[in-house]
Amino acid sequence: MTLTHYLVLAAILFTIGAVGVLVRRNAIVVFMCVELMLNSVNLTLVTFARATGTIDGQIMAFFVMVVAAAEVVVGLAIIMSIYRTRRSASVDDANLLKY
Amino acid sequence: MSIEAPDLSLAALLPLLFVFGAACVGVLVEAFGPRESRHPVQVGVALVGTLGGLVTTLLLAGTGEVTAGGALAVDGAAVFLQATIAGLAALSVLMFAERNLDPARSAFVVSAAVPAGSVRDRELLTVQRVQTEVYPLTLFAVGGMMLFVAANDLLVMFVALEVLSLPLYLISGLARRRRLLSQEAAVKYFLLGAFASAFFLYGVALVYGATGSVRLADVRSAVGAGDGEVLLVLGLALLVVGLLFKASVAPFHTWTPDVYQGAPTPVTAFMAACTKVAAFGAILRLLYVAFGPEEWTWRPLVYGVAIVSMVVGAVLGLTQTDLKRMLAYSSVAHAGFLLTGVLGYPGAGDPAGSGLPATMFYLLAYGLTTLGAFAVLTLVRSGDGEATHLSQWAGLAQRSPLTAAVMSLFLLALAGIPLTSGFTGKFAVFRAAIENGAWPLALVALLASAVAAFFYLRVIVLMYFSEPAADGPTVGVPGLPTTIVLAVTAAATLVLGVVPGSVLALADQAAIFVG
Repeated sequence: MTLTHYLVLAAILFTIGAVGVLVRRNAIVVFMCVELMLNSVNLTLVTFARATGTIDGQIMAFFVMVVAAAEVVVGLAIIMSIYRTRRSASVDDANLLKY
Repeated sequence: MSIEAPDLSLAALLPLLFVFGAACVGVLVEAFGPRESRHPVQVGVALVGTLGGLVTTLLLAGTGEVTAGGALAVDGAAVFLQATIAGLAALSVLMFAERNLDPARSAFVVSAAVPAGSVRDRELLTVQRVQTEVYPLTLFAVGGMMLFVAANDLLVMFVALEVLSLPLYLISGLARRRRLLSQEAAVKYFLLGAFASAFFLYGVALVYGATGSVRLADVRSAVGAGDGEVLLVLGLALLVVGLLFKASVAPFHTWTPDVYQGAPTPVTAFMAACTKVAAFGAILRLLYVAFGPEEWTWRPLVYGVAIVSMVVGAVLGLTQTDLKRMLAYSSVAHAGFLLTGVLGYPGAGDPAGSGLPATMFYLLAYGLTTLGAFAVLTLVRSGDGEATHLSQWAGLAQRSPLTAAVMSLFLLALAGIPLTSGFTGKFAVFRAAIENGAWPLALVALLASAVAAFFYLRVIVLMYFSEPAADGPTVGVPGLPTTIVLAVTAAATLVLGVVPGSVLALADQAAIFVG
């Protein structure tokens, strides 16, 4: 296992997340895909920290975790509020705003 | 291994400390203040925070230092943009505080937790209680924006991006009327915003991998030395995508019309004015400071999206029947005009040039005008909230000549008619682009302005030369806060158009990036 393997794995995870955001319909699943993207970036960061021999990447991964946690709080609150009104978390049902 | 404490220049950080301090006080007031007195206290705290931020940034004029261990660059451009953000935010807070226009005394929902359309929600609709969580949230967003334009480090830039975005997602879902639209806007803004910031973050990681550092100065020297070319270019592209999303540049603008329409109008005004300034501040710093030597890589990219943004904004703006959506597409077109200014980068040797001051002036002028235009929208109301459909504005000049005149002034400024701030701004950015050989872009920009002028003028024609409908909207009498906002923005729009010299000179002096 070289460092490149980790980078490739992270890139694959990021792509899965990005495609998931674009094709999935449930807001919670879309949000989970965004989290997958953030965590694949964490893997990239610690791999590069190892590769460049600096510690910055590992510290940045901690920052990303905290930011992701804050994003979960805000995101779930918003999705929750629209779910309670509509009884559905589908992003296709939310279609009042268009054109 | 020992960890050194970073050097902190408290004087340079004072504006940020002021705004974030006021935000924390706001949270405490929200938790412990008695309900009856909370609204005036929160408005006071928010105004002290934003105006304090404005005054302290003005006192910093002329500084140019890198502080907080290299993470923040408090230089001329940062101070100018921070002052712009703080000033526009103070005006937005005044719009939030307006209590005369809505019959229920506030544009914000009483209890965001109650499901929209439920029995309890209908009861609360007429209750004259006001909720005040929007003020501390706004202050956090303002603090994040002020941090964003001073970030000298990609990590700080990412954290600031989130600090400014997360409160915005929340407050765009807090409208009192048409709550479903507002909640839908919040969901769309949140999902797309989180998606875009993941791209930005991946860009940070790739740049870090290529250079071993996220300091803009280190990235610049690595770029100059030609290290890790592929990773750097990929990283640059991802970073720019994340920032262009925030700046609502086409083709990353799809959230803009929906969120602008759904969010409460004062929040839309705040987003349109302040987020634009913050996002362009970060774009300028990233491209000029970190990727200056890589100019020929990003130039075609920015060139292309500038054209797409101007054309999409102008053409789709023509087809809109809702004024808030029309102003949203106008904001997309203006993002394209601002990118024309960004292309006025004179080359790695001379970081000042004409592109930076022109863009900064444009941001100030556009922010004030668009804030004023949205403030006028809050005045014109029908039964269930604001009357934003174009047909409802027919013959408005007969109902309220003053409102129609003020709106016409803002629309003319957005169209870029001479003797308004919009003309001065457009002239400055087009000149900067032409000086740097981007004359085909300036030509496209002129054509796009001409197309865009059509839909602004259409509203003016509608207001003055149509017969008002019998069941048309009423024009509310604004209280003191909105009156101040309208007076300041209208005066600034005229002054920056007739005698822009001193502000242009100020932007010229401030156009310095350190770091």
